[in-house]
Amino acid sequence: MKKRILASFLAAVMAAAMAGCGGSPAPASSGAPAASDGNSAAPAQENNAAPSGDTIKIGGLAPLTGDVSQYGIAVNNAITMAIEKANANGGVLGQQIEYIVEDEKGDPNEAVNAYNKLVNNDNVVAIVGDVTTKPTQAVAQKSVDDNVPLITASATGEEVTLAGENVYRVCFIDPYQGKLMANYASKKLSAKSAAILYDNGDPYSTGIADAFEASAKELGIEIAAKEGYQTGSTDFNSQLTKVKAANPDVLLLPVYYNDVVLIADQARANGIECALLGADGWDGVLGKIDPSKTDVLKNSYFCSQYSAESDDPDLQAFLSEYREKFGNDANMFSVLGYDATNILIDSIQRAGSTDSQAIIDAMKATNYKGLTGTTTFDENRNPVRSAVILTIEGGAYKFVENFEI
Amino acid sequence: MKSNPLEFRRKEGLKPSFRIFSYSGKRPKKGKSGKNNFPFLARSPQGFAAGLGTSNHFFRLEGVCGFMNLFLTQTINGLGLGSIYALVALGYSMVYGIVKLINFAHGDIIMVGSYMVMFIMTVMGMPLILAVIGSILFCALAGVLIQRVAYHRLLTHDAPRISLLITALGVSIFLQNLFQLLFGSEVRSMPTLFDLPAIQLGELHITSANILNIVVSVVMMIGLQTLVARTRIGKAMRATSEDAGAAKLMGINTNHTVAFTFAVGSGLAAVGAALYCNTYPQIKPTMGNLLGLKAFVAAVLGGIGSIPGAMLGGYILGVAESWTKNFYSNLTDAIVFGILIVMLLVKPSGLLGKNVKEKV
Repeated sequence: MKKRILASFLAAVMAAAMAGCGGSPAPASSGAPAASDGNSAAPAQENNAAPSGDTIKIGGLAPLTGDVSQYGIAVNNAITMAIEKANANGGVLGQQIEYIVEDEKGDPNEAVNAYNKLVNNDNVVAIVGDVTTKPTQAVAQKSVDDNVPLITASATGEEVTLAGENVYRVCFIDPYQGKLMANYASKKLSAKSAAILYDNGDPYSTGIADAFEASAKELGIEIAAKEGYQTGSTDFNSQLTKVKAANPDVLLLPVYYNDVVLIADQARANGIECALLGADGWDGVLGKIDPSKTDVLKNSYFCSQYSAESDDPDLQAFLSEYREKFGNDANMFSVLGYDATNILIDSIQRAGSTDSQAIIDAMKATNYKGLTGTTTFDENRNPVRSAVILTIEGGAYKFVENFEI
Repeated sequence: MKSNPLEFRRKEGLKPSFRIFSYSGKRPKKGKSGKNNFPFLARSPQGFAAGLGTSNHFFRLEGVCGFMNLFLTQTINGLGLGSIYALVALGYSMVYGIVKLINFAHGDIIMVGSYMVMFIMTVMGMPLILAVIGSILFCALAGVLIQRVAYHRLLTHDAPRISLLITALGVSIFLQNLFQLLFGSEVRSMPTLFDLPAIQLGELHITSANILNIVVSVVMMIGLQTLVARTRIGKAMRATSEDAGAAKLMGINTNHTVAFTFAVGSGLAAVGAALYCNTYPQIKPTMGNLLGLKAFVAAVLGGIGSIPGAMLGGYILGVAESWTKNFYSNLTDAIVFGILIVMLLVKPSGLLGKNVKEKV
């Protein structure tokens, strides 16, 4: 009896997994003329793919099921959109692009298996992925051995791109945002002193706080107070009392939106009127604060990778097309996924061939204007581009400017 | 006659805690314990400043002013935070004093109270005052209901203490899951409740929330003390606490008395909830966990079963927390629970809980 239950459970899991694998590539390859039936057709074609040139294969790795599937789905949707668009415009190097996505369920082992399948069976020329840091790290190690060009849309862990010369990313890393906000405070807000209140149990928060502190010191901003708190705290009065005594020009809150609401409310109650600074963890803060309290977020500035309020026509077109196609709003992950794919396609075009090293060399020289602005890469293959600075006025986000260090 | 239940309790290895309600008559010396509990208050600020100070005389003077200001503000912050612990601790203490039950679901009552304030204000659109009163009534009712459904049978059948404790944990988990089901597990934002201006005394800036917390908690404690010491139902509570069997023989309806105690304790938690929401405008179904645990520490610290003890414990805990955050915030919870361990080692009956050494 037990065995039968187990067997039927396993069967169900396998069926679900196969549905996940088989279902997803279908919309992706619909633009490609030859390979309309997905995976099964792929090995047959690939035998004589290189010379005759019917399609160029790009692999995708994303968690389409599991805990982090919401990120994976957002990225994957955007990738399919970007590839469809490219194919409609004649593809790349005169060939259509075939997109093969593998669901790795947010698990590093699954991601490595999926990677092996993409590289060894499907012979993809490059990979867009992975989505979260840990699987990306696992795959990045493998990709260095095979020298496969890899570009991740959203893995923020600093060490991911340090794996090798072939690994790129389009999202900002956490320390970069700290550096960026220090520069913004110095150059645009003319801050001479700053305070930091951060969550000392969260690497995101400590990463930004430390980078901000280091850059601020270089820029001649005095760090008047640097206070930490334990994850899950609700009372910040003690730390804010010290901040108030230090009387800084700006207060950096490199934390996620729930904590931002609590801290901002208590900071204003304690009589701290200075500008509040934040990073992309602030994205969505207005959904987490009661309308009667939005005044506490007045005079605050935070950076983000994109702004839905931006008047960029390309971005607005993307957002409305995405909504039409998938029935929900695009988020930061989709915007980054779209740019990552386009940067890769642009690199293949410039490389003039599907040779791995040629593509990697072309990616190094990237200077691509996408939805998030114009991206180039630094020596660690992290993006260098302007960030969007947002503020909150009258209970709504307001686009301030694009800012670049 | 009087020593019999005592001796029985001692044999059971339980702390005889009925004394605790006897503060109307002989109360433990408050002055003494108060002094001992705040050794850092008694120290001169100059001593502190000299420790931190520079050799420059002028800077030292300025340092003293700044330090005094910081010291006072942090203490007031601590008292404000401690007031909420104290109001929750009162509930733990009262219930323990009457039925010897550590009601771990009590922390979740503050969650229930917070959601009720939110629900009545934002969903039903009622004014604040109705929200607070509604929340208090709802929590009092919920407290009685929990007592009737979950604890009553166990109490009347003399179930082992461990069964009661596990039932209380079960109620706590039930409440958390119920509210996740009803309102979702997402954090909810509270609207502005009491929109009062802050007070500025020279350099000293006191937030309105802190003042409100302290004032309300003191008023509540005085009210509760009067209730227990001066009213008929209070007398019944004390009698039930001292010896439920004898109280019953004297014609006291102990069932009603126990239910009343749960109602009052839960109502106080709802007051705490309103203050909490005013101070920290964000609620979630699991918010009662840590809050309840800290309030429980406050109750044990002050001497569980003692009303002024619960208040004192709450204030000490709040001030200790506030000061730890001032110096090294990583240690906050370690200090809070460290205080509990030290207290249990040094004086297991708590600050105002009297260690009864009765001669038989």
